[in-house]
Amino acid sequence: MPKPVIELLVNNHAGVMSHITGLFARRAFNIDGILCGPVGDGNTSRMFLLVDEDERIPQVIKQLEKLHDVINVRERNDYDRTIFHRLHEFVESE
Amino acid sequence: MKRTGAQIITALLERQGIETVAGIPGGCNLPLYDALRDSPIHHVLARHEQGAGFIAQGMARATGKAAVCLATSGPGATNLLTAIADAKLDSVPIIAITGQVPASMIGTDAFQEVDTYGLTLPITKHNFIVRNIEELLEVVPEAFHIALSGRPGPVAIDVPKDMQTQTLDITEWPEPGKADAFPPCDPEAIRQLADRIHRAKKPVLYIGGGIIASGASEDLAAFARKNGIPVACTLSGLGAFPANDPLYLGMLGMHGAQYTNLLLDEADLILAFGVRFDDRATGRVVEFCKHADIIHVDIDPSEISKIKPANLAIVGDVGNVLRSVMPMLHDNERSEWRGRIMELKDRFPLRFPVPQDPLHPMNFLQQLSMRTEPGTIITTDVGQHQMWVAQAYPFQRPRTLLTSGGLGTMGFGLPAAIGAALARPGIRAVCVSGDGSILMNLQELATLAELNLDVTVFIMNNHHLGLVRQQQELFYGQRYFATQFGADPDFARIAEGFGLRAWDLGEETDPMETVARTLNQPGPCVINVPVHQTENVLPMVPPGKANREMIIGELTYA
Repeated sequence: MPKPVIELLVNNHAGVMSHITGLFARRAFNIDGILCGPVGDGNTSRMFLLVDEDERIPQVIKQLEKLHDVINVRERNDYDRTIFHRLHEFVESE
Repeated sequence: MKRTGAQIITALLERQGIETVAGIPGGCNLPLYDALRDSPIHHVLARHEQGAGFIAQGMARATGKAAVCLATSGPGATNLLTAIADAKLDSVPIIAITGQVPASMIGTDAFQEVDTYGLTLPITKHNFIVRNIEELLEVVPEAFHIALSGRPGPVAIDVPKDMQTQTLDITEWPEPGKADAFPPCDPEAIRQLADRIHRAKKPVLYIGGGIIASGASEDLAAFARKNGIPVACTLSGLGAFPANDPLYLGMLGMHGAQYTNLLLDEADLILAFGVRFDDRATGRVVEFCKHADIIHVDIDPSEISKIKPANLAIVGDVGNVLRSVMPMLHDNERSEWRGRIMELKDRFPLRFPVPQDPLHPMNFLQQLSMRTEPGTIITTDVGQHQMWVAQAYPFQRPRTLLTSGGLGTMGFGLPAAIGAALARPGIRAVCVSGDGSILMNLQELATLAELNLDVTVFIMNNHHLGLVRQQQELFYGQRYFATQFGADPDFARIAEGFGLRAWDLGEETDPMETVARTLNQPGPCVINVPVHQTENVLPMVPPGKANREMIIGELTYA
C-alpha cells in the first residue's frame, strides 16, 4: 500500500514551514518526507508531505486547513511516488 | 503624514475601537509606550505580564470583544505565554503585541532576545513577526480579523524595536479588522436536525462555551423550552442557560451532579452544541452517552468527530442553527422524559452540606449568590473552589462566569476580575479564589488598588492545594505530599499592605452580614474565608472512568 501524500498550497514566507511541522509535532502525527518549492511568482509554495497511513488523516487535514497561511489542502494518492524513492536514495547516500 | 511604526500601531488600535490595553513597558517596546503616551487609549500597568494577559482576557471574556495586552521582548514575552495559551484553549480573542530586539540583532542572542514567534506559534490561532514597517498596516487589522472570526482565539504580533521607530508616510488607513460573517446553514442539515429531534424520546442538550461566543443564549432558551429538551452545561457553558429554569441540569462531567451524568447516560439523542467533548466533560469517551445518537454543531470543522464520531454534524454558528431550526420545531412537553428527569433528580441530586455549616464552601457560595446583584461577574481561579462555584453558584446569564476551563490556570481569577471590571463599569466583579491560586498572581492587588475598581476577592482558605490533596486521598492511597502549606499568610494584612480594605471572616461574628455590607461598598476589597481544610469536591468521576462511575463520598451531608 503506497503511503498517502498530503498536498498543500501555502503562502511563501518564513515561518510557514514551522507552522506546518509544528502542527504535526504537537498533534503527534508523523511526517516521512517533505517536498517543497515556490510556484508561479513565488508568493505561494506547493508542499508535499509523505505521511503514514493513519485513520487521523482527515483530522490532520482539517487542522491544516485552519492554519492561516494554508490556502489549500488535499490528500493525493495519484502522485508519481518515484520522486520520494529518489529522495530516499539521496538521503541514504553518504 | 509621516508616522512612526509605534504611532501606526496606536492609531490602528484606536481605529479598532480599543479603549484600554494592559501591559508592562521595557527596553524593546519603549517606542510603542512613547506613542501610547499621546494616545487616548487608557493603559493599565500590570505588575507581571501574565497579569496583563489575564486582564486582557477578562476584558475579552466579559464583552466578547477583542482585547489587547503588551509586553517587552524576552522575559516580557515569555511571561505572557501562559495567558496566551489559556486564551487558545478557551477560544478567547486577545491580541498580544510584544516588543522584539531590532531586526538587525535578531539571532545574535541579544539582551532580552527570545524567539517569541517560535514560542507563540503552537499556542496562538496565528502569529506574526513584523519584518518591515509597511506590514503593520496589514498585520494589525488582520490580527483582529483572525482573533474574532469563526472560533475566536489569541493572535500574537512580535514587533522589532526598529519597526516601531522607522517612519512611513500614511495616506490611507486600512479598514479595521472584524469578524467574518457566518455562512448560512445548510437547509437539508437543518431539516434532518429537526427530524431527529422529533423522533427522539430522550434528548439532552449538551452545551458549552460556543453558545456564549455565539451570543446564542436566548436562542438556546427558546429552542429548549419549545421542545422540552433539558440542558446540561460544560464548565465553559455555565451561564449560557439560566440555572433557575426547570430544564436546567447543571454541569456535566467530572464534578457534575450524579443525576446529570446518569441522564446523559440514558439519553437517546445528544445535541452537542458549541462543545468540544473535553475529557473533563465526557469521562471515558467510549462510554459517554453510548446509547445516544450525537448531533454536533460547532463553528470549527476540526472539532467535528475529533473525539466522538457524530451521527449528524453541522459546521456553523450555533445561533444561526438554533434560529434556523426553530420554525420547524414542534411544541413538545416530553412529560414522560421530564418525569424521568424529576425522578433521577430526586434520587441523585447535587447534594449540599448541612446548612448549619457555614465553613463549607458550597454553603458559603450559595449564601454569596443570594447577596450579589443580578449580572455580577464571577471570576474563579483553579481548584476546588472553582468546582464548588460551578456546582453551587446559580449562573443566570452568559458572560457572568469567567473561568480558566481548558488550560486550568491558577492565577487567572484576580487579573481576569480586574479586566472584567474595566470592561463593564458599574458591574461588580467578584473573584472567588483559593489560598493556593491567589498567590500565583498576587502582585495584581497593586494594580487593583491603583485602579480602585469594584472588585471583591474571596480567598477560600483551606491551607492546601485542595484538589491535588483530594486526588492524593482518593487515588494515591492518602500518601499526601507537597499539598499542605506550612506557612499561613495573613491575607487580610497582606491586602491592607497593598492599600486595600480587607476582612477575615474567621474574626467576624456575622460573616454573611460582613459579606453583604462589603459587596455594597464601592471599590475593591479582599476577604479571607477560612474553610474546612480537607473537604472534597464531590461527586467525582475518577480520571479515565465513565461518568456513571462517580465517587459519591462520605456523608457529611444533610
